[in-house]
Amino acid sequence: MSSFWSIWITVLTLGTLVGCYLLLRWCLKNFTGVKEGESMGHSFDGIEELNNPLPKWWSTFFLLTIIWGFGYLLVYPGLGNWEGLFGWKSSNQGIMTLEESKAQTIAAKKANKIVQYDREVAAADAKFGPIFEAYAARSIEDLATDPKALKVGQRLFLQNCSQCHGSDARGTTGFPNLTDDDWLYGGSPETIKETIMHGRKANGMMAWKAALGGEQGVKEVAAYVLSLSGRDVDPALAEAGKSRFAMCMGCHGPEGKGSLLSYNLPLGAPNLTDNIWLYGGSERKVQESIRNGRAGVMPAWDNILGEEKVHVIAAYVYSLSHKK
Amino acid sequence: MTNKSVNKHEKVEKNVGLFFIFAILAISIGGLVEITPLFFQKDTTTPVTNLKPYTALQMEGRDIYIREGCHVCHSQMIRPFRAETERYGHYSVAGESVWEHPFLWGSKRTGPDLARVGGRYSDDWHRAHLIDPRSVVPESNMPSFKWLDENILDGELTAKKLETFNFLTRNRSHKNDQGEYIPLYSAEDIAGAKAAVKGKTEMEALIAYLQTLGHALK
Repeated sequence: MSSFWSIWITVLTLGTLVGCYLLLRWCLKNFTGVKEGESMGHSFDGIEELNNPLPKWWSTFFLLTIIWGFGYLLVYPGLGNWEGLFGWKSSNQGIMTLEESKAQTIAAKKANKIVQYDREVAAADAKFGPIFEAYAARSIEDLATDPKALKVGQRLFLQNCSQCHGSDARGTTGFPNLTDDDWLYGGSPETIKETIMHGRKANGMMAWKAALGGEQGVKEVAAYVLSLSGRDVDPALAEAGKSRFAMCMGCHGPEGKGSLLSYNLPLGAPNLTDNIWLYGGSERKVQESIRNGRAGVMPAWDNILGEEKVHVIAAYVYSLSHKK
Repeated sequence: MTNKSVNKHEKVEKNVGLFFIFAILAISIGGLVEITPLFFQKDTTTPVTNLKPYTALQMEGRDIYIREGCHVCHSQMIRPFRAETERYGHYSVAGESVWEHPFLWGSKRTGPDLARVGGRYSDDWHRAHLIDPRSVVPESNMPSFKWLDENILDGELTAKKLETFNFLTRNRSHKNDQGEYIPLYSAEDIAGAKAAVKGKTEMEALIAYLQTLGHALK
Protein backbone atom coordinates (compact mmCIF):
# COMPACT_ATOMS: atom_id res chain seq x y z
CA MET A 1 0.00 0.00 0.00
CA SER A 2 1.33 3.46 -0.84
CA SER A 3 2.13 5.70 2.10
CA PHE A 4 -0.64 8.10 1.06
CA TRP A 5 -3.32 5.47 1.57
CA SER A 6 -1.62 4.21 4.67
CA ILE A 7 -1.79 7.69 6.18
CA TRP A 8 -5.35 8.14 4.88
CA ILE A 9 -6.51 5.02 6.68
CA THR A 10 -4.56 5.74 9.86
CA VAL A 11 -5.75 9.33 10.19
CA LEU A 12 -9.39 8.52 9.48
CA THR A 13 -9.44 5.52 11.82
CA LEU A 14 -7.69 7.13 14.76
CA GLY A 15 -9.56 10.38 14.10
CA THR A 16 -12.85 8.54 14.33
CA LEU A 17 -11.88 6.90 17.61
CA VAL A 18 -10.83 10.24 19.10
CA GLY A 19 -13.98 11.80 17.66
CA CYS A 20 -16.11 9.17 19.37
CA TYR A 21 -14.44 9.96 22.66
CA LEU A 22 -14.98 13.71 22.24
CA LEU A 23 -18.62 13.16 21.26
CA LEU A 24 -19.17 11.04 24.34
CA ARG A 25 -17.54 13.63 26.60
CA TRP A 26 -19.60 16.38 25.04
CA CYS A 27 -22.84 14.45 25.42
CA LEU A 28 -22.10 13.80 29.07
CA LYS A 29 -22.23 17.55 29.74
CA ASN A 30 -25.48 19.05 30.91
CA PHE A 31 -26.27 21.85 28.53
CA THR A 32 -30.03 21.85 28.82
CA GLY A 33 -30.16 24.54 31.44
CA VAL A 34 -32.16 22.19 33.62
CA LYS A 35 -30.76 20.56 36.73
CA GLU A 36 -30.22 16.81 36.63
CA GLY A 37 -33.27 14.85 37.65
CA GLU A 38 -35.65 17.79 37.21
CA SER A 39 -38.45 18.12 34.72
CA MET A 40 -37.67 19.17 31.16
CA GLY A 41 -40.95 21.00 31.24
CA HIS A 42 -43.15 18.89 29.02
CA SER A 43 -45.40 15.95 29.67
CA PHE A 44 -47.73 13.79 27.65
CA ASP A 45 -50.50 11.60 29.01
CA GLY A 46 -49.12 12.20 32.46
CA ILE A 47 -45.64 11.02 31.51
CA GLU A 48 -43.06 13.65 32.21
CA GLU A 49 -39.61 13.87 30.67
CA LEU A 50 -36.88 14.39 33.24
CA ASN A 51 -33.40 15.63 32.48
CA ASN A 52 -31.59 12.36 33.15
CA PRO A 53 -27.94 11.95 32.11
CA LEU A 54 -26.71 9.07 29.93
CA PRO A 55 -26.68 5.93 32.07
CA LYS A 56 -23.32 5.45 33.73
CA TRP A 57 -22.98 1.78 32.72
CA TRP A 58 -23.67 2.73 29.12
CA SER A 59 -21.14 5.57 28.90
CA THR A 60 -18.55 3.45 30.71
CA PHE A 61 -18.96 0.65 28.20
CA PHE A 62 -18.73 3.13 25.34
CA LEU A 63 -15.45 4.37 26.78
CA LEU A 64 -14.20 0.79 27.20
CA THR A 65 -14.95 -0.05 23.55
CA ILE A 66 -12.90 2.99 22.50
CA ILE A 67 -9.98 1.81 24.63
CA TRP A 68 -10.44 -1.71 23.23
CA GLY A 69 -10.33 -0.21 19.74
CA PHE A 70 -6.93 1.36 20.35
CA GLY A 71 -5.61 -1.90 21.79
CA TYR A 72 -6.94 -3.90 18.84
CA LEU A 73 -5.36 -1.58 16.30
CA LEU A 74 -2.06 -1.89 18.11
CA VAL A 75 -2.04 -5.69 18.06
CA TYR A 76 -3.72 -6.42 14.72
CA PRO A 77 -3.04 -4.95 11.27
CA GLY A 78 -5.71 -2.28 10.88
CA LEU A 79 -3.81 0.95 10.39
CA GLY A 80 -2.54 1.06 6.82
CA ASN A 81 0.90 -0.49 6.60
CA TRP A 82 1.18 -1.16 10.34
CA GLU A 83 1.55 -4.95 10.63
CA GLY A 84 0.46 -5.19 14.22
CA LEU A 85 2.67 -5.98 17.21
CA PHE A 86 3.02 -9.68 16.32
CA GLY A 87 2.79 -9.51 12.54
CA TRP A 88 -0.51 -11.43 12.51
CA LYS A 89 -2.15 -12.05 9.11
CA SER A 90 -5.18 -14.11 8.14
CA SER A 91 -3.48 -15.30 4.96
CA ASN A 92 -0.68 -14.33 2.60
CA GLN A 93 -1.49 -11.42 0.30
CA GLY A 94 -0.69 -10.36 -3.24
CA ILE A 95 -0.37 -13.93 -4.55
CA MET A 96 0.06 -14.19 -8.33
CA THR A 97 0.87 -17.90 -8.77
CA LEU A 98 0.70 -21.09 -6.70
CA GLU A 99 4.50 -21.07 -6.54
CA GLU A 100 4.41 -17.62 -4.99
CA SER A 101 1.85 -18.81 -2.49
CA LYS A 102 4.15 -21.65 -1.39
CA ALA A 103 7.18 -19.33 -1.29
CA GLN A 104 5.29 -16.84 0.89
CA THR A 105 4.27 -19.61 3.28
CA ILE A 106 7.89 -20.70 3.65
CA ALA A 107 9.13 -17.13 4.03
CA ALA A 108 6.54 -16.35 6.70
CA LYS A 109 7.50 -19.48 8.62
CA LYS A 110 11.18 -18.54 8.49
CA ALA A 111 10.45 -15.01 9.69
CA ASN A 112 8.27 -16.52 12.42
CA LYS A 113 5.25 -14.47 11.35
CA ILE A 114 1.79 -15.54 12.40
CA VAL A 115 -0.12 -16.32 9.22
CA GLN A 116 -3.23 -17.89 10.64
CA TYR A 117 -4.18 -19.96 7.60
CA ASP A 118 -0.65 -21.34 7.22
CA ARG A 119 -0.52 -22.26 10.89
CA GLU A 120 -3.89 -24.00 10.66
CA VAL A 121 -2.65 -26.05 7.72
CA ALA A 122 0.67 -26.80 9.38
CA ALA A 123 -1.09 -28.01 12.52
CA ALA A 124 -3.34 -30.29 10.46
CA ASP A 125 -0.39 -31.57 8.43
CA ALA A 126 1.49 -32.40 11.60
CA LYS A 127 -1.51 -34.41 12.77
CA PHE A 128 -2.62 -36.11 9.56
CA GLY A 129 0.62 -36.06 7.57
CA PRO A 130 2.21 -39.07 9.31
CA ILE A 131 -0.98 -41.12 8.83
CA PHE A 132 -1.03 -40.55 5.07
CA GLU A 133 2.71 -41.01 4.89
CA ALA A 134 2.41 -44.40 6.53
CA TYR A 135 -0.38 -45.35 4.13
CA ALA A 136 1.65 -44.17 1.15
CA ALA A 137 4.46 -46.53 2.14
CA ARG A 138 2.15 -49.55 1.97
CA SER A 139 0.89 -51.23 -1.17
CA ILE A 140 -2.66 -50.61 -2.37
CA GLU A 141 -3.55 -54.32 -1.96
CA ASP A 142 -2.32 -54.23 1.61
CA LEU A 143 -4.27 -51.03 2.39
CA ALA A 144 -7.40 -52.59 0.89
CA THR A 145 -7.46 -55.02 3.82
CA ASP A 146 -6.96 -52.37 6.50
CA PRO A 147 -10.38 -51.28 7.84
CA LYS A 148 -9.02 -47.99 9.16
CA ALA A 149 -7.43 -47.05 5.86
CA LEU A 150 -10.61 -48.02 4.04
CA LYS A 151 -12.62 -45.76 6.31
CA VAL A 152 -10.34 -42.86 5.41
CA GLY A 153 -10.59 -43.83 1.76
CA GLN A 154 -14.36 -43.99 1.92
CA ARG A 155 -14.58 -40.52 3.46
CA LEU A 156 -12.39 -39.12 0.70
CA PHE A 157 -14.43 -41.00 -1.88
CA LEU A 158 -17.72 -39.62 -0.56
CA GLN A 159 -16.31 -36.11 -0.56
CA ASN A 160 -14.75 -36.14 -4.01
CA CYS A 161 -15.93 -39.07 -6.12
CA SER A 162 -19.53 -39.80 -5.11
CA GLN A 163 -20.92 -36.92 -7.18
CA CYS A 164 -20.35 -39.02 -10.30
CA HIS A 165 -19.86 -42.59 -9.11
CA GLY A 166 -22.53 -42.45 -6.42
CA SER A 167 -22.14 -42.77 -2.66
CA ASP A 168 -22.26 -46.57 -3.03
CA ALA A 169 -19.75 -46.39 -5.92
CA ARG A 170 -22.17 -48.20 -8.21
CA GLY A 171 -22.26 -45.32 -10.66
CA THR A 172 -25.12 -44.30 -12.86
CA THR A 173 -25.77 -43.82 -16.58
CA GLY A 174 -22.54 -42.52 -18.04
CA PHE A 175 -20.52 -42.92 -14.83
CA PRO A 176 -19.00 -46.34 -14.28
CA ASN A 177 -19.89 -48.76 -11.53
CA LEU A 178 -16.70 -49.34 -9.51
CA THR A 179 -17.89 -52.39 -7.61
CA ASP A 180 -18.41 -54.92 -10.40
CA ASP A 181 -14.77 -55.62 -11.30
CA ASP A 182 -15.49 -54.62 -14.89
CA TRP A 183 -12.95 -52.04 -16.00
CA LEU A 184 -12.63 -49.71 -18.95
CA TYR A 185 -8.98 -48.90 -18.29
CA GLY A 186 -7.90 -51.76 -16.08
CA GLY A 187 -8.53 -52.79 -12.50
CA SER A 188 -5.06 -53.47 -11.18
CA PRO A 189 -4.25 -51.34 -8.11
CA GLU A 190 -1.65 -49.31 -10.01
CA THR A 191 -4.00 -48.69 -12.94
CA ILE A 192 -6.77 -47.52 -10.63
CA LYS A 193 -4.35 -45.12 -8.99
CA GLU A 194 -3.15 -43.87 -12.36
CA THR A 195 -6.73 -43.33 -13.47
CA ILE A 196 -7.52 -41.22 -10.42
CA MET A 197 -4.23 -39.30 -10.56
CA HIS A 198 -4.21 -38.31 -14.19
CA GLY A 199 -7.81 -38.81 -15.21
CA ARG A 200 -8.99 -40.56 -18.34
CA LYS A 201 -10.35 -39.29 -21.56
CA ALA A 202 -12.10 -41.93 -23.59
CA ASN A 203 -10.75 -42.09 -27.10
CA GLY A 204 -14.23 -41.01 -27.88
CA MET A 205 -16.73 -43.00 -29.81
CA MET A 206 -17.70 -40.95 -32.83
CA ALA A 207 -21.24 -40.58 -34.11
CA TRP A 208 -21.66 -43.52 -36.48
CA LYS A 209 -24.98 -42.79 -38.11
CA ALA A 210 -23.54 -41.30 -41.30
CA ALA A 211 -20.77 -43.87 -41.62
CA LEU A 212 -23.28 -46.69 -41.21
CA GLY A 213 -25.42 -45.33 -43.99
CA GLY A 214 -28.20 -43.95 -41.85
CA GLU A 215 -30.71 -45.26 -39.36
CA GLN A 216 -30.92 -48.77 -40.81
CA GLY A 217 -27.20 -49.30 -40.23
CA VAL A 218 -27.53 -48.10 -36.64
CA LYS A 219 -30.36 -50.59 -36.03
CA GLU A 220 -28.40 -53.46 -37.52
CA VAL A 221 -25.23 -52.82 -35.54
CA ALA A 222 -27.27 -52.32 -32.35
CA ALA A 223 -28.94 -55.68 -32.90
CA TYR A 224 -25.60 -57.38 -33.39
CA VAL A 225 -24.10 -55.68 -30.32
CA LEU A 226 -27.05 -56.82 -28.21
CA SER A 227 -26.69 -60.37 -29.53
CA LEU A 228 -23.09 -60.43 -28.24
CA SER A 229 -24.34 -60.61 -24.68
CA GLY A 230 -26.90 -63.25 -25.54
CA ARG A 231 -29.93 -61.01 -25.91
CA ASP A 232 -32.88 -61.95 -28.12
CA VAL A 233 -32.69 -59.95 -31.34
CA ASP A 234 -33.94 -60.15 -34.88
CA PRO A 235 -31.42 -62.62 -36.40
CA ALA A 236 -31.56 -61.00 -39.83
CA LEU A 237 -30.79 -57.57 -38.39
CA ALA A 238 -27.97 -58.98 -36.26
CA GLU A 239 -26.51 -60.81 -39.22
CA ALA A 240 -26.50 -57.58 -41.23
CA GLY A 241 -24.95 -55.80 -38.25
CA LYS A 242 -22.23 -58.39 -37.95
CA SER A 243 -20.99 -57.58 -41.43
CA ARG A 244 -20.79 -53.91 -40.47
CA PHE A 245 -19.09 -54.60 -37.15
CA ALA A 246 -15.67 -54.48 -38.81
CA MET A 247 -15.86 -50.71 -38.36
CA CYS A 248 -16.12 -51.19 -34.61
CA MET A 249 -13.33 -53.74 -34.20
CA GLY A 250 -10.58 -51.11 -34.20
CA CYS A 251 -11.56 -50.20 -30.67
CA HIS A 252 -13.93 -52.87 -29.38
CA GLY A 253 -11.91 -55.81 -30.71
CA PRO A 254 -12.83 -58.52 -33.19
CA GLU A 255 -15.13 -60.22 -30.68
CA GLY A 256 -16.40 -57.00 -29.15
CA LYS A 257 -14.59 -57.65 -25.88
CA GLY A 258 -13.38 -54.06 -25.60
CA SER A 259 -10.03 -52.35 -26.01
CA LEU A 260 -8.64 -53.66 -22.75
CA LEU A 261 -9.32 -57.38 -23.21
CA SER A 262 -8.77 -57.41 -26.96
CA TYR A 263 -5.74 -55.16 -27.32
CA ASN A 264 -4.67 -54.37 -23.76
CA LEU A 265 -4.96 -50.70 -24.68
CA PRO A 266 -6.56 -48.02 -22.49
CA LEU A 267 -8.83 -46.63 -25.20
CA GLY A 268 -11.87 -46.78 -22.98
CA ALA A 269 -13.88 -48.85 -25.48
CA PRO A 270 -16.04 -51.11 -23.32
CA ASN A 271 -16.54 -54.84 -23.51
CA LEU A 272 -19.81 -55.36 -25.39
CA THR A 273 -20.28 -59.00 -24.46
CA ASP A 274 -20.71 -58.84 -20.68
CA ASN A 275 -24.16 -57.24 -20.51
CA ILE A 276 -22.76 -54.32 -18.47
CA TRP A 277 -23.88 -51.07 -20.05
CA LEU A 278 -22.35 -47.75 -19.14
CA TYR A 279 -24.91 -45.77 -21.13
CA GLY A 280 -27.84 -48.12 -20.77
CA GLY A 281 -28.45 -51.50 -22.37
CA SER A 282 -31.90 -51.07 -23.81
CA GLU A 283 -32.19 -51.32 -27.57
CA ARG A 284 -32.97 -47.63 -27.72
CA LYS A 285 -29.98 -46.64 -25.59
CA VAL A 286 -27.55 -48.80 -27.52
CA GLN A 287 -28.85 -47.33 -30.75
CA GLU A 288 -28.43 -43.86 -29.27
CA SER A 289 -24.82 -44.61 -28.35
CA ILE A 290 -24.08 -45.78 -31.88
CA ARG A 291 -25.98 -42.95 -33.52
CA ASN A 292 -24.52 -40.04 -31.55
CA GLY A 293 -21.31 -41.43 -30.11
CA ARG A 294 -20.06 -41.26 -26.52
CA ALA A 295 -17.00 -39.82 -24.85
CA GLY A 296 -16.61 -40.15 -21.11
CA VAL A 297 -14.09 -38.11 -19.18
CA MET A 298 -12.63 -38.82 -15.78
CA PRO A 299 -11.04 -35.67 -14.33
CA ALA A 300 -7.47 -35.71 -13.01
CA TRP A 301 -7.13 -35.46 -9.26
CA ASP A 302 -3.39 -35.18 -8.64
CA ASN A 303 -3.48 -31.39 -8.38
CA ILE A 304 -6.60 -31.33 -6.27
CA LEU A 305 -5.97 -34.16 -3.82
CA GLY A 306 -2.29 -35.01 -4.08
CA GLU A 307 -0.77 -38.46 -4.47
CA GLU A 308 -1.04 -39.58 -0.85
CA LYS A 309 -4.79 -39.16 -0.71
CA VAL A 310 -5.27 -40.67 -4.16
CA HIS A 311 -3.32 -43.71 -2.93
CA VAL A 312 -5.85 -44.27 -0.15
CA ILE A 313 -8.82 -43.68 -2.44
CA ALA A 314 -7.36 -46.18 -4.92
CA ALA A 315 -7.21 -48.72 -2.10
CA TYR A 316 -10.84 -48.08 -1.25
CA VAL A 317 -11.94 -48.41 -4.87
CA TYR A 318 -9.85 -51.57 -5.28
CA SER A 319 -11.41 -53.05 -2.14
CA LEU A 320 -14.92 -52.61 -3.54
CA SER A 321 -14.43 -55.36 -6.10
CA HIS A 322 -11.94 -57.39 -4.04
CA LYS A 323 -13.87 -58.02 -0.87
CA LYS A 324 -12.27 -60.54 1.41
CA MET B 1 -40.48 25.43 28.03
CA THR B 2 -37.03 25.89 29.44
CA ASN B 3 -35.42 25.56 26.06
CA LYS B 4 -32.15 27.45 26.02
CA SER B 5 -30.24 28.34 22.86
CA VAL B 6 -27.08 26.69 24.35
CA ASN B 7 -28.48 23.22 23.60
CA LYS B 8 -26.63 22.44 20.37
CA HIS B 9 -27.54 18.78 20.48
CA GLU B 10 -31.17 19.72 20.19
CA LYS B 11 -30.48 21.34 16.81
CA VAL B 12 -29.62 17.95 15.37
CA GLU B 13 -32.47 16.20 17.15
CA LYS B 14 -35.05 18.57 15.74
CA ASN B 15 -33.69 19.00 12.21
CA VAL B 16 -34.08 15.92 10.04
CA GLY B 17 -32.00 17.35 7.19
CA LEU B 18 -29.06 18.13 9.43
CA PHE B 19 -29.35 14.76 11.17
CA PHE B 20 -29.35 13.04 7.77
CA ILE B 21 -26.15 14.82 6.71
CA PHE B 22 -24.36 13.92 9.94
CA ALA B 23 -25.53 10.31 9.68
CA ILE B 24 -24.21 10.05 6.10
CA LEU B 25 -20.88 11.55 7.17
CA ALA B 26 -20.56 9.09 10.03
CA ILE B 27 -21.43 6.06 7.88
CA SER B 28 -19.20 7.09 4.95
CA ILE B 29 -16.06 6.90 7.07
CA GLY B 30 -16.23 3.10 7.04
CA GLY B 31 -16.32 3.09 3.24
CA LEU B 32 -13.59 5.68 2.92
CA VAL B 33 -11.27 3.62 5.09
CA GLU B 34 -12.14 0.09 3.96
CA ILE B 35 -13.19 0.42 0.32
CA THR B 36 -11.63 3.48 -1.34
CA PRO B 37 -7.97 2.45 -0.86
CA LEU B 38 -8.69 -0.89 -2.56
CA PHE B 39 -9.35 0.90 -5.87
CA PHE B 40 -5.72 1.96 -5.92
CA GLN B 41 -3.93 -1.10 -4.56
CA LYS B 42 -1.70 -3.20 -6.78
CA ASP B 43 -3.14 -6.37 -5.23
CA THR B 44 -6.62 -5.62 -6.47
CA THR B 45 -5.79 -4.17 -9.89
CA THR B 46 -3.15 -6.62 -11.16
CA PRO B 47 -4.37 -9.86 -12.75
CA VAL B 48 -2.73 -13.10 -11.62
CA THR B 49 -0.07 -14.32 -14.04
CA ASN B 50 -2.21 -16.96 -15.74
CA LEU B 51 -5.50 -15.10 -15.93
CA LYS B 52 -7.04 -15.57 -19.38
CA PRO B 53 -10.01 -13.71 -20.81
CA TYR B 54 -13.24 -15.65 -21.27
CA THR B 55 -13.78 -16.86 -24.81
CA ALA B 56 -16.94 -15.65 -26.55
CA LEU B 57 -18.78 -18.85 -25.59
CA GLN B 58 -17.59 -18.71 -21.97
CA MET B 59 -18.66 -15.06 -21.80
CA GLU B 60 -22.18 -16.03 -22.89
CA GLY B 61 -22.11 -18.83 -20.33
CA ARG B 62 -21.20 -16.35 -17.65
CA ASP B 63 -24.19 -14.20 -18.55
CA ILE B 64 -26.44 -17.27 -18.30
CA TYR B 65 -24.92 -17.97 -14.88
CA ILE B 66 -25.98 -14.45 -13.88
CA ARG B 67 -29.40 -14.66 -15.56
CA GLU B 68 -30.31 -17.92 -13.84
CA GLY B 69 -29.14 -16.56 -10.50
CA CYS B 70 -26.54 -19.27 -9.89
CA HIS B 71 -24.64 -16.78 -7.71
CA VAL B 72 -27.60 -16.61 -5.36
CA CYS B 73 -26.94 -20.16 -4.11
CA HIS B 74 -23.30 -20.68 -5.13
CA SER B 75 -20.40 -18.56 -3.97
CA GLN B 76 -17.18 -18.14 -5.91
CA MET B 77 -14.98 -17.21 -3.01
CA ILE B 78 -12.85 -19.73 -1.15
CA ARG B 79 -11.87 -18.27 2.17
CA PRO B 80 -8.47 -18.95 3.75
CA PHE B 81 -9.67 -21.66 6.13
CA ARG B 82 -8.34 -25.18 5.92
CA ALA B 83 -11.87 -26.57 6.08
CA GLU B 84 -12.56 -24.76 2.80
CA THR B 85 -9.27 -25.27 1.02
CA GLU B 86 -9.41 -29.02 1.73
CA ARG B 87 -12.65 -29.20 -0.16
CA TYR B 88 -12.31 -26.53 -2.82
CA GLY B 89 -8.59 -25.88 -3.35
CA HIS B 90 -6.35 -22.84 -2.82
CA TYR B 91 -8.16 -19.87 -1.34
CA SER B 92 -9.30 -17.21 -3.81
CA VAL B 93 -6.90 -14.33 -4.35
CA ALA B 94 -7.67 -10.78 -5.45
CA GLY B 95 -5.79 -11.04 -8.75
CA GLU B 96 -8.19 -13.73 -10.00
CA SER B 97 -11.14 -11.32 -9.94
CA VAL B 98 -9.54 -8.26 -11.52
CA TRP B 99 -11.49 -8.66 -14.78
CA GLU B 100 -14.80 -9.66 -13.21
CA HIS B 101 -17.62 -7.23 -13.93
CA PRO B 102 -19.65 -7.73 -11.86
CA PHE B 103 -18.02 -9.96 -9.28
CA LEU B 104 -19.84 -13.25 -8.78
CA TRP B 105 -18.44 -13.96 -5.34
CA GLY B 106 -21.93 -14.45 -3.96
CA SER B 107 -22.72 -14.31 -0.29
CA LYS B 108 -24.54 -17.56 0.40
CA ARG B 109 -23.79 -21.22 -0.07
CA THR B 110 -26.93 -23.22 -0.47
CA GLY B 111 -24.85 -25.25 -2.92
CA PRO B 112 -21.08 -25.63 -2.82
CA ASP B 113 -18.55 -22.98 -3.76
CA LEU B 114 -17.75 -22.95 -7.47
CA ALA B 115 -14.60 -20.81 -7.51
CA ARG B 116 -12.48 -23.81 -8.60
CA VAL B 117 -15.10 -26.13 -10.04
CA GLY B 118 -13.46 -26.07 -13.49
CA GLY B 119 -12.11 -29.49 -14.43
CA ARG B 120 -13.50 -31.18 -11.33
CA TYR B 121 -16.31 -32.81 -13.25
CA SER B 122 -16.65 -33.88 -16.86
CA ASP B 123 -18.82 -31.97 -19.33
CA ASP B 124 -21.14 -34.99 -19.38
CA TRP B 125 -21.57 -34.73 -15.63
CA HIS B 126 -22.42 -31.04 -15.78
CA ARG B 127 -24.97 -31.73 -18.48
CA ALA B 128 -26.61 -34.57 -16.54
CA HIS B 129 -26.49 -32.47 -13.38
CA LEU B 130 -27.99 -29.33 -14.91
CA ILE B 131 -30.78 -31.27 -16.60
CA ASP B 132 -31.62 -33.26 -13.48
CA PRO B 133 -29.38 -32.69 -10.46
CA ARG B 134 -30.83 -35.67 -8.61
CA SER B 135 -29.82 -38.07 -11.36
CA VAL B 136 -26.23 -37.78 -10.10
CA VAL B 137 -26.55 -36.31 -6.59
CA PRO B 138 -29.69 -37.85 -5.05
CA GLU B 139 -29.75 -35.55 -2.02
CA SER B 140 -29.34 -32.35 -4.06
CA ASN B 141 -31.95 -29.60 -3.74
CA MET B 142 -30.79 -27.71 -6.80
CA PRO B 143 -33.48 -26.92 -9.36
CA SER B 144 -33.37 -28.42 -12.82
CA PHE B 145 -32.20 -26.15 -15.65
CA LYS B 146 -33.20 -28.36 -18.54
CA TRP B 147 -34.30 -25.51 -20.80
CA LEU B 148 -30.65 -24.53 -21.20
CA ASP B 149 -30.32 -27.49 -23.52
CA GLU B 150 -33.12 -26.19 -25.71
CA ASN B 151 -32.28 -22.48 -25.90
CA ILE B 152 -30.01 -21.65 -28.83
CA LEU B 153 -27.68 -18.67 -28.74
CA ASP B 154 -27.87 -16.19 -31.61
CA GLY B 155 -24.71 -14.29 -30.68
CA GLU B 156 -26.21 -10.91 -31.59
CA LEU B 157 -24.75 -9.17 -28.55
CA THR B 158 -21.61 -11.24 -28.00
CA ALA B 159 -19.27 -8.87 -29.84
CA LYS B 160 -20.62 -5.92 -27.87
CA LYS B 161 -20.03 -7.78 -24.62
CA LEU B 162 -16.41 -8.40 -25.51
CA GLU B 163 -15.96 -4.74 -26.45
CA THR B 164 -17.50 -3.69 -23.15
CA PHE B 165 -15.07 -5.90 -21.26
CA ASN B 166 -12.18 -4.39 -23.21
CA PHE B 167 -13.35 -1.00 -21.98
CA LEU B 168 -13.93 -2.08 -18.38
CA THR B 169 -10.50 -3.70 -18.07
CA ARG B 170 -8.61 -1.13 -20.17
CA ASN B 171 -5.99 -0.40 -17.52
CA ARG B 172 -6.10 -3.69 -15.65
CA SER B 173 -5.13 -6.18 -18.34
CA HIS B 174 -1.79 -7.90 -18.84
CA LYS B 175 1.06 -5.74 -20.14
CA ASN B 176 3.34 -6.38 -23.09
CA ASP B 177 7.12 -5.97 -23.06
CA GLN B 178 6.81 -2.22 -23.60
CA GLY B 179 4.60 -1.96 -20.54
CA GLU B 180 1.47 -1.22 -22.57
CA TYR B 181 -1.83 -2.80 -21.69
CA ILE B 182 -2.90 -5.61 -24.04
CA PRO B 183 -6.66 -5.49 -24.59
CA LEU B 184 -8.46 -8.67 -23.51
CA TYR B 185 -9.95 -9.14 -26.95
CA SER B 186 -8.33 -8.37 -30.29
CA ALA B 187 -10.31 -6.95 -33.21
CA GLU B 188 -10.26 -10.49 -34.61
CA ASP B 189 -11.80 -11.95 -31.44
CA ILE B 190 -14.57 -9.38 -31.55
CA ALA B 191 -15.24 -9.89 -35.25
CA GLY B 192 -15.47 -13.64 -34.76
CA ALA B 193 -17.53 -13.54 -31.57
CA LYS B 194 -20.92 -14.01 -33.16
CA ALA B 195 -19.80 -16.94 -35.29
CA ALA B 196 -18.18 -18.55 -32.25
CA VAL B 197 -21.42 -18.80 -30.29
CA LYS B 198 -24.18 -18.83 -32.90
CA GLY B 199 -26.10 -22.09 -32.90
CA LYS B 200 -24.58 -23.33 -29.65
CA THR B 201 -26.95 -24.15 -26.81
CA GLU B 202 -27.01 -22.21 -23.59
CA MET B 203 -26.06 -25.47 -21.89
CA GLU B 204 -22.82 -25.66 -23.87
CA ALA B 205 -22.04 -22.04 -23.03
CA LEU B 206 -22.69 -22.45 -19.31
CA ILE B 207 -20.62 -25.63 -19.10
CA ALA B 208 -17.79 -23.93 -21.02
CA TYR B 209 -17.88 -21.14 -18.45
CA LEU B 210 -18.00 -23.49 -15.46
CA GLN B 211 -15.04 -25.48 -16.77
CA THR B 212 -12.84 -22.34 -16.77
CA LEU B 213 -13.45 -21.46 -13.16
CA GLY B 214 -10.40 -21.48 -10.93
CA HIS B 215 -7.68 -22.25 -13.43
CA ALA B 216 -6.04 -18.83 -13.33
CA LEU B 217 -4.03 -19.54 -10.19
CA LYS B 218 -1.39 -21.99 -11.30
